[in-house]
Amino acid sequence: MKTTETPAPLPAESGATVSKIDVAPPKPPARKKEGGVLNVFSHGMLILWAIMVVMPLLWAVMTSFKDDSSIFGSPWSLPDKLHFDNWSRAWTQANMGDYFLNTILVVGGSLIGTLVLGSMAAYVLARFDFPGNRFIYYLFVGGMSFPIMLALVPLFYVVNNMGLLNTIHGLILVYIAYSLPFTVFFLTAFFRTLPTSVAEAAFVDGASHTRTFFQIMLPMAKPGLISVGIFNFLGQWNQYMLPTVLNTDPDKRVLTQGLVQLAVSQGYKGDWSGLFAGLVMAMLPVLAAYIVFQRQVVAGLTAGALK
Amino acid sequence: MQHGKYRFIVGFLAAPLGLYALFVVWPFIQSIYYSFTDWTGLSPEFKMVGFDNYKRMFHDDIFWKSLQHSLLFALVLPLVTLSLALFFAFMINVGGRRRRGGPVVSGVRGSSFYKIVYFFPQVLSIAIVSLLFAFAYNPDSGAINSLLRGIGLDNVQPLWLGDPSLALWCVMAVLVWSTVGFFVVLFSAGMASIPAELYEAALLDGASRSTTFFRITLPLLWDTVQSGWVYMGILALGAESFAVVQIMTTGPGGPDYSTTVMVLYVYQKAFRDGQAAYATTIGVALLVVTLAFAAIVMRLGRRERLEY
Repeated sequence: MKTTETPAPLPAESGATVSKIDVAPPKPPARKKEGGVLNVFSHGMLILWAIMVVMPLLWAVMTSFKDDSSIFGSPWSLPDKLHFDNWSRAWTQANMGDYFLNTILVVGGSLIGTLVLGSMAAYVLARFDFPGNRFIYYLFVGGMSFPIMLALVPLFYVVNNMGLLNTIHGLILVYIAYSLPFTVFFLTAFFRTLPTSVAEAAFVDGASHTRTFFQIMLPMAKPGLISVGIFNFLGQWNQYMLPTVLNTDPDKRVLTQGLVQLAVSQGYKGDWSGLFAGLVMAMLPVLAAYIVFQRQVVAGLTAGALK
Repeated sequence: MQHGKYRFIVGFLAAPLGLYALFVVWPFIQSIYYSFTDWTGLSPEFKMVGFDNYKRMFHDDIFWKSLQHSLLFALVLPLVTLSLALFFAFMINVGGRRRRGGPVVSGVRGSSFYKIVYFFPQVLSIAIVSLLFAFAYNPDSGAINSLLRGIGLDNVQPLWLGDPSLALWCVMAVLVWSTVGFFVVLFSAGMASIPAELYEAALLDGASRSTTFFRITLPLLWDTVQSGWVYMGILALGAESFAVVQIMTTGPGGPDYSTTVMVLYVYQKAFRDGQAAYATTIGVALLVVTLAFAAIVMRLGRRERLEY
């Protein structure tokens, strides 16, 4: 990039103004040339990275339609025919169907719980003055920067003592608890931006605080709830560390955990094509959801980091 | 507004705060307490041992190795990821060829396409991404080596994850691959809010594109870059590095502990070796490293805030 810089006139103190007038006509071509070289370079880099992102994904999809021998023999060749049996085998024999169901149950439950509890706490923290308000807020928000791993060892025994180990509802409760820091942080900021007058009017009209919240404030907070909901959906759907520790019953495995277990045990079973089918099966729903809700996903994921 | 206010506040805070205290705050406090005991995690009995675990930690070679790798993760990963993301975001948003009659600064053609595609890995589970790349890195039948063979590099066939000197970098590359897109989108949002007049003035003065980047874009984006660095560092020290290292590298943290990181070491000590107390000690060290890292980055990166 150094060489392309030189043709551009350096902002020298005195000569700059003179040369700008004098050399006015030849300047555009100079910039064009600089732009040309840089554009080839930058376009090249951009395309290269796009290929690097897409190629592993396409490779996985392609591999999921091949039989075992060609997966190992020639990883880059196209499948000789589309082996759809990989997919049905993964769904039934490799229990991908069960893992999907478990994941949907866990994520569905935790997502609803996170949004309800998170918005309740955030609303109170954003709208009411009471002793300890700031303390509770920072207690929640502080959770964002702590390494989860540190809490994981005692957490295992807390969950175990409550008889919640290896249960779907136990996992849901833990997911909610670990989703609260970001959710409360995000929604507190959001509730502060909503106008107070509407809530006050409702209260004056005789609605209780609870009613005001559920019938007036919550519908108004919909855009914020959607953003933080998508963020939590992706995080909870992709969660790996919590289920690995708290959910060791083979029947209760979630998708990520099931796939990793499958890959580890493949050494003995050797159904690689089925595993690839499972892998792609787990990837496609989120990729499809992302492409459809692209704007909201990006807004939800970047909103927190920008604040 | 006073009527029933406190009853309402307590009613609304009880459930979320209770859940959070029980599953997040309480385990955190407990783990610091446990680090001063000889608890195995297998039986409920334990006794206080003072600083024994900490003394042991200072003489534990594997701990020092894992600390070293974790620090490498926290420094190299954000540096590479954020530089790449800044470059791509600049090209996408400001790097476009100047068209006659068009706006002063514009992105390259197809900028929205790039933004969508780059973000793909971000929505995938890090566990799934790790599995995928573990296959790709396979030395005999993996996609990467077979690609190298395909373009005539038959003698360049690294062992990748099996090579102690390469394994750590292979693992890091996967994290870079999966996070660059997020920062491209994040920085794009930041760059979009920089007023075009600033670029216009700079271009009139004859500034080249790299000058505009270092003199305008980067300084105005500095806050975002800095919080991105902290965010990425916390991820690299914690959850993300656990998944990639645990899933991708073989045995106990790679060949000859060459990829072990602090989170993985905590996990292994607690759930594999039955040394829960010692695991929490390493966990406390990880907490200290994380907080120190965030503090240092915030401190070193402090600049005068630019208003525009």
